[in-house]
Amino acid sequence: MLTYVLKRVLQSALVLLVVGLVAFSMFRFVGDPIDNMLGQERTDADIARLRADLGLDQPFPVQYYKFLENAVQGDFGISFRQGRPVAEILVERAPATLELAAVSGFLAISIGIGLGVFTAIRKDGFLANMIMSVSLIGVSLPTFLIGILLIYLFSVELGWLPSFGRGEVVHIGWWSTGLLTASGLKALILPSITLGLYQMTLIMRLVRSEMLEVLRQDYVRFARARGLNERTVNFRHALKNTLVPVITVTGLQLGSIIAFAIITETVFQWPGVGLLFINAIQFVDIPVMAAYLMLISVMFVGINLIVDLLYFAIDPRLRTDGKGAH
Amino acid sequence: MSDQTSTAPQSRLAKALDSDFFYNFRRSPVAVVSFVAVMLLVLSSAFAPLIAPYDPFDPGSLDLMNGFTAPMAPNDFTGDVFWLGTDDQGRDVFSTILYGMRVSLFVGFAAVSFAMVLGITLGLVAGYVGGWVETIIMRAADVQLTFPAILVAMLIFGIAKGVIPIQHHDQMAIWVLIVAIGLSDWVQFARVVRGATLVEKDKEYVQAARMIGRGRGIIMLRHILPNVLSPVLVIATISLALAIIAEATLSFLGVGAPPTQPSLGTLIRIGQGYLFSGEWWIILFPSVTLLALALSVNLLGDWLRDALNPRLQ
Amino acid sequence: MSDTVLDIEGLSVHFPTRRKLFVAVNKANLAVEPGEIHGLVGESGAGKSTIGAAVMGLLERPGHIAEGTVSFKGEHISGRDADGMRALRGAKISMIFQDPLTSLNPLLTVEQQLVETIQFHLKLSDADSLTRAVALLDRVGIPDPSERIKQYPHQFSGGMRQRVVIALALCSEPDVIIADEPTTALDVSIQAQILELIKELARERQTGVILITHDMGVIADTTDKVTVMYQGKVVESGTTAQVLGAPTHEYTKSLIAAVPRPTLKVHRFPQLSYGGRQIAFHIDDLARNWERPEPSKSGTLLKVEGLTKTFLARNAIIPSRRKYFTAADKVSFDIREGEVFGIVGESGSGKSTVARMIATLYQTNGGKIFFDDEEITQLKTAKDLESYRRQIQMIFQDPFSSLNPRMRVDEIIAEPVKHHKLLEGDAIQHRVDELLERVGLGSDAGRKYPHEFSGGQRQRISIARALATQPRFLICDEPTSALDVSIQAQILNILKDLQEHLGLTMLFISHDLPVVRQMCDRVGVMRQGQMVEVADTETLFAAPKEAYTRELLSLMPKLEGLSTEGLEDEIV
Repeated sequence: MLTYVLKRVLQSALVLLVVGLVAFSMFRFVGDPIDNMLGQERTDADIARLRADLGLDQPFPVQYYKFLENAVQGDFGISFRQGRPVAEILVERAPATLELAAVSGFLAISIGIGLGVFTAIRKDGFLANMIMSVSLIGVSLPTFLIGILLIYLFSVELGWLPSFGRGEVVHIGWWSTGLLTASGLKALILPSITLGLYQMTLIMRLVRSEMLEVLRQDYVRFARARGLNERTVNFRHALKNTLVPVITVTGLQLGSIIAFAIITETVFQWPGVGLLFINAIQFVDIPVMAAYLMLISVMFVGINLIVDLLYFAIDPRLRTDGKGAH
Repeated sequence: MSDQTSTAPQSRLAKALDSDFFYNFRRSPVAVVSFVAVMLLVLSSAFAPLIAPYDPFDPGSLDLMNGFTAPMAPNDFTGDVFWLGTDDQGRDVFSTILYGMRVSLFVGFAAVSFAMVLGITLGLVAGYVGGWVETIIMRAADVQLTFPAILVAMLIFGIAKGVIPIQHHDQMAIWVLIVAIGLSDWVQFARVVRGATLVEKDKEYVQAARMIGRGRGIIMLRHILPNVLSPVLVIATISLALAIIAEATLSFLGVGAPPTQPSLGTLIRIGQGYLFSGEWWIILFPSVTLLALALSVNLLGDWLRDALNPRLQ
Repeated sequence: MSDTVLDIEGLSVHFPTRRKLFVAVNKANLAVEPGEIHGLVGESGAGKSTIGAAVMGLLERPGHIAEGTVSFKGEHISGRDADGMRALRGAKISMIFQDPLTSLNPLLTVEQQLVETIQFHLKLSDADSLTRAVALLDRVGIPDPSERIKQYPHQFSGGMRQRVVIALALCSEPDVIIADEPTTALDVSIQAQILELIKELARERQTGVILITHDMGVIADTTDKVTVMYQGKVVESGTTAQVLGAPTHEYTKSLIAAVPRPTLKVHRFPQLSYGGRQIAFHIDDLARNWERPEPSKSGTLLKVEGLTKTFLARNAIIPSRRKYFTAADKVSFDIREGEVFGIVGESGSGKSTVARMIATLYQTNGGKIFFDDEEITQLKTAKDLESYRRQIQMIFQDPFSSLNPRMRVDEIIAEPVKHHKLLEGDAIQHRVDELLERVGLGSDAGRKYPHEFSGGQRQRISIARALATQPRFLICDEPTSALDVSIQAQILNILKDLQEHLGLTMLFISHDLPVVRQMCDRVGVMRQGQMVEVADTETLFAAPKEAYTRELLSLMPKLEGLSTEGLEDEIV
């Protein structure tokens, strides 16, 4: 058990190192940082000083180590565009994205699994087939179009909900939350639906196909042959086995929610890190891009670690490997 | 169960038309309709220069006076009528959609082909050769998979923007898009091909070929590759829809196709600005086209997956 | 007939498909009495499993009962709706499936699965259910049941799992158990124990058992009555002794004549034709163009010394923590030119591993292989091995995976010829056509793909491919274990012809002792990677030296009650 966890943690650390290397290489080699940081009026002395300040005269591994050391301490350098420390900007922006992602992730998982199970059990039912057909539209509809559609309907035509921004926020320490004010909650509705819908359809379709697969297994047939009722067969025997593979993919989907937030944030002008990132790309603001990459990979790796541990909790074959016969 | 082969061998075409695959196809209205729709969209964009009433990229044919003409209504100044209206610069929306779809489909097909070649090769090698080669390829795939395709594409796009001199940006944008989307999508192919290769590799026909003394390359190409292609076809179809959507998304976010070579996503980005001021047609028609394209490809892929999955039959 | 607990009358099951209506079961009759084990035997596609599924109300769509009735204790049950069937399933009629590895839910403990089933049917309290569950496990012969009940299925061995499955089927004291090939996935020794358990339980609880199987040995040793099915129809039914000893129907006769006997050696299996299944093959014609190389000087074609193979069982970064599994442990034997050498053993004994090392499919971890007095294990490059590889060929177990489904049959057979550059141009096609003719498929078969052939036909394609390079040595790895018994007889006859007319030397791997007796001149017995005993076949069967060999022989069904009609002329 301990080896398993340790192995996973080590793997995660390795992934982070690789991502760090990518981020650092971007920082170091894409364009000239000196060029980016100093204006047109510069002297050779300025350049040399900045070079030494940034440690650019050091060997590559030393620079990489410095970069990592700084990153761990939360120092990602200065934004080329805004001239402020990247870390400061990220801290300011992160709560908006995290709240949005959490709400949409919850929607996507709960509704997605529910509908997936329903459509698998009622495989040939009318409603299930309807849901499946609609879900295909959901998969084919790009997130930004969903957003635009929702804005047009509920903001422009009906005028019920705001079309941009977070509404009023309350500050608790450094965290700013929109969950405690009416306007904040109202502002959250459209973006979270936009962000969650695509993931929801994916999760639903995955759960359905996995569950149909499990329902074909011998142990499900044997459970039926023992006379157990459909409820027990479906929920006690089939669902748990369905969740084993679903958990992995769902973990990955949660990761994509944070990435897809970029699109939603752009459509709704939501002041989160996604909007920050897309602006950074347009202006080639490398420190912000690198920091965003690092931040998001920490989240992904964290989610994956949790997923692996969940796996472990659900599947006894992993826990008792090697004990007993065979 | 007779051992005598009484029926004369049918021609390949006759066999194909008689196959269960084609039978299922004909019996499924969804499959037929989506197939026809995909063909129609692909052909009309391929022959865009012949079909489009205007060339939206020929400055000579543009008349700014024609700007913001509503669909099917004569323009207030010039009296010209446009089926789907015009945009701010007086470009015919129908023509821009045909040309835009061309860009979308080109990027989609090229990116999927790129991802497919890369993914199949790496998956085949990882599955058949095994050992540390497999470990490296699959770990890379795992890391890549942790990062959503759209994010990887954006990063590649961002890096390319920093590396390529600014005067070449517009020219290179389409190719950067193809590489970015293709690189973010190879993992699906590699994983599926590797999985199928692991299954096929243990089958006795591969052992028979090894016993004959066939080399690795021949076994991979002649024996294993043809047997792992059906799931690849399904993934390629679904990936095409995803690639078209990804391209549209990137272009919509302003990090994709340039305004000089607008794709459907670029058109929607342009149209978004006029949604609130009432010129709904500028955004509606490209959006509907994009949805129709993605939906029909997805429907086809969905049907293919069921039709090619022997377990469901 | 008032005693009958399950009565099937005129049952037909239809599967409408695109091209035609498939009649899986055609007006079948069958009656089971309490405490009776009723065998249902037939080859694949006979519809025997479909009857089981129909009784349980578990037919897969679009299959349905088209006519006839199933009665349980005099009451019609075939017309019941889903809820009605569920009240019966598990409670009055239970079922045991073939594969114990997939029959149990991997995520629930044995206790959870047993208690759930007991509570569902008997409505007992938690404590009473547990007591009953432990008692059941104890009854089906699981040692230390109160501890083991807490474990998950993957912690049990295959035989133990099948015992758990039987315990689950017994939860509510059913009156009828339908056992669908309950021992097919198990080794002989385990198979005997499970069958014994089923026999005891049937006597003790007066449970009627329908035992579905393709194995005549199981029928002969276990059942009281037997019903023989062929293509959906019941062709013969009666007491086991009567049906096996004096069959009246032509199909039953042909089936019984094809069963390899442990006590008799036949020259060739009689080809009693039934339903146009006779094939004509002419291996003797091949002999005319067959180039025979000089026989080896020592008289020994293949010699194996101390052959060893280990597999990594658990990987670890630190070498000392890695665990290895020794699949073949210093195995030595030799095969004389022109003889058939058999290796028998249960699954995991290492017999296939040895075959694969000789076939150059596995690298060896020690030991030497000599072929025609040349040390093969010293040859390193593919080029050096070319000549050896041309002279050896292999016939595999599974005819459905041993041919590349995307290659045409003539391409498959021509591949070794082209690779070794033995022939050129039209001569290749000529050889392919000849081979296909000789194995009884006709040269037209070359233009088709493997999926257009049945299992037996594919195995003949496999043989044609093996013969294409005119080899000296043939490795047969369980070549008939995936085939029906009548097809097995055909393939064994072809192999016997190959030895006789072409002088091929063979290594014949099998778990089936009666088959080995028919085929081999000498036999080696393997157990857990080691060669236990090597002897002449007749000596081994008559006077086994080692205890393990004696045990294997004692577990083998004797089949002494089987009719010998049609065999008289062939007995050696």
